[in-house]
Amino acid sequence: MNQPPYISGSTSVSVIMLKVLLALVPGIVAYVWIFGSGVLVSLLLASVTALVSEAVMLRLRNRPIMPFLMDGSALVTAWLLALALPPLAPWWLIVVGTLFAIVIAKQLYGGLGYNPFNPAMIGYAVLLISFPAIMTQWPAPLALAHAQLGFMDQVHYIFGRMLPDGVGLDAISSATPLDYLKTQLKLQHGVAEIWQAPVFGTLGGKGGEIVVGAYLLGGLYLLQQRIISWHVPTAFLLALAAMSAIFHLIDPVHYAGATFHLFSGASMLCAFFIATDPISGPTTPKGKLVFAAGIGILTWLIRTYGGYPDGVAFAVLLMNICVPLIDAYTQPRVFGHEK
Amino acid sequence: MNSREIIENGLWKQNPGVVQLLGLCPTLAVTSSAVNGLSLGLATAFVMAASNASVSPIRRWVPGEIRIPVFILIIAALVTVIDLGMHAYLHALHVVLGIFIPLIVTNCIVLARVEAFAAKNDIGPSALDGLMMGLGLTMVLAVLGGMREVVGKGTLFSGIDLALGPAAKQFVLTVVPDYHGFLLAILPPGAFIGLALLIAGRNWMESRKQALPSTPPAVLAAGH
Repeated sequence: MNQPPYISGSTSVSVIMLKVLLALVPGIVAYVWIFGSGVLVSLLLASVTALVSEAVMLRLRNRPIMPFLMDGSALVTAWLLALALPPLAPWWLIVVGTLFAIVIAKQLYGGLGYNPFNPAMIGYAVLLISFPAIMTQWPAPLALAHAQLGFMDQVHYIFGRMLPDGVGLDAISSATPLDYLKTQLKLQHGVAEIWQAPVFGTLGGKGGEIVVGAYLLGGLYLLQQRIISWHVPTAFLLALAAMSAIFHLIDPVHYAGATFHLFSGASMLCAFFIATDPISGPTTPKGKLVFAAGIGILTWLIRTYGGYPDGVAFAVLLMNICVPLIDAYTQPRVFGHEK
Repeated sequence: MNSREIIENGLWKQNPGVVQLLGLCPTLAVTSSAVNGLSLGLATAFVMAASNASVSPIRRWVPGEIRIPVFILIIAALVTVIDLGMHAYLHALHVVLGIFIPLIVTNCIVLARVEAFAAKNDIGPSALDGLMMGLGLTMVLAVLGGMREVVGKGTLFSGIDLALGPAAKQFVLTVVPDYHGFLLAILPPGAFIGLALLIAGRNWMESRKQALPSTPPAVLAAGH
């Protein structure tokens, strides 16, 4: 498409979703490399649950099953949720979260195109509120863990909560960088001092930053393929960076800097894969800027002052509620009409 | 209106909880367990029956302009009786339900029935209407409370000893042993989701009932 007069064929939903899944692959590969292969089991569990529950719900609602099932949107929801959950979470946690996302957050609202909230983030928020202890139990990066679990050991742990003899939970789990920062700040330590801990790397969390970089790579692919527009990622990352940078400049002892916020937690996943959801987000370009900047600011606020270490899920849901308002106030001027 | 219709309206057709959507404040706030929902529902039902019965005989002497304050005063007096009675005889339950017992006064379902029914009908039907509407609400509160309790805590009728004395502790059912608990069901979102499911369930049953009688004529038409 190099000359304006051509009309391009509109891209179908399934092609878009397929490309989104493809863009997640580098992140998943990095995830397996850094944290072990447990995440593959979560991805599989979430995918199967999502497809089965979507099919059952479509059947109950007397909708055609195959066309909706093949559009891949349920798979995208399942993968995003699985990547947001701790990879060694018990199997029922993943199943419950995915069921909630597909059945309640998506199908009960009318299915693809009608859900006002991001289904994956609803699933995540429900689990975080209901099972806070399990949801904050993250495995340590393999490089830092005191014991290594083989693939079968991880499967056993996911399905039966059984660890091999002589391996305690402490040996394989650790606080996430955001969590660690939060608790240490409460104990009156300064950011520079906290930064010396082994969980931190050069940009964000040790190991975690590589996964985040891989998400960034996948996101750039989506931008290059024009699956997503530049508005949401740019506004989100800029708002998050601006908030953290300003407060870091004013008080570097109590506030972590911009690079840390950009490269830890779910920032990159949110910027390119979660906040860019075309259904629950606004439609106008100006609206997208407002929406994404709101998520960025809220994420920083929740991370810094809230009760949970990461705030992406709640920030996205809160801004989802504002979408109709944002859309109403950011209608572009129709050509030939006065403002 | 005969008593059969009044009973049907209160319990099903005009059910305050899932059809009129009145009295949502206690419906959403206290239904974290079956016992809580049931006891507040019964208290409300008693207040409704008594307030309907007391407003009906005086309806011709209350000037229209000040009827609302008069009705509210009567309801408030009855609620005070319930509140003090529960405080004296069911103290533990009173502590759990707390502010929601005095708040029955402001519960719009009570005034709605007084205004819509008792102010226009005789004492007998009015008392029956209040009781049936109250029991209809109690039903919704109990079912919603039971749903939230089973999903949220894996038990049923926990806290029954607060209402019936320590000996009743054996009636607490553990539906799911070794349950992790699903906190969301106990928290406010669980009330909204649960109530929405109940309303949807009732609408679904009604639409099926309406679909059934229309089926035979359709078959006959196809035969011609």
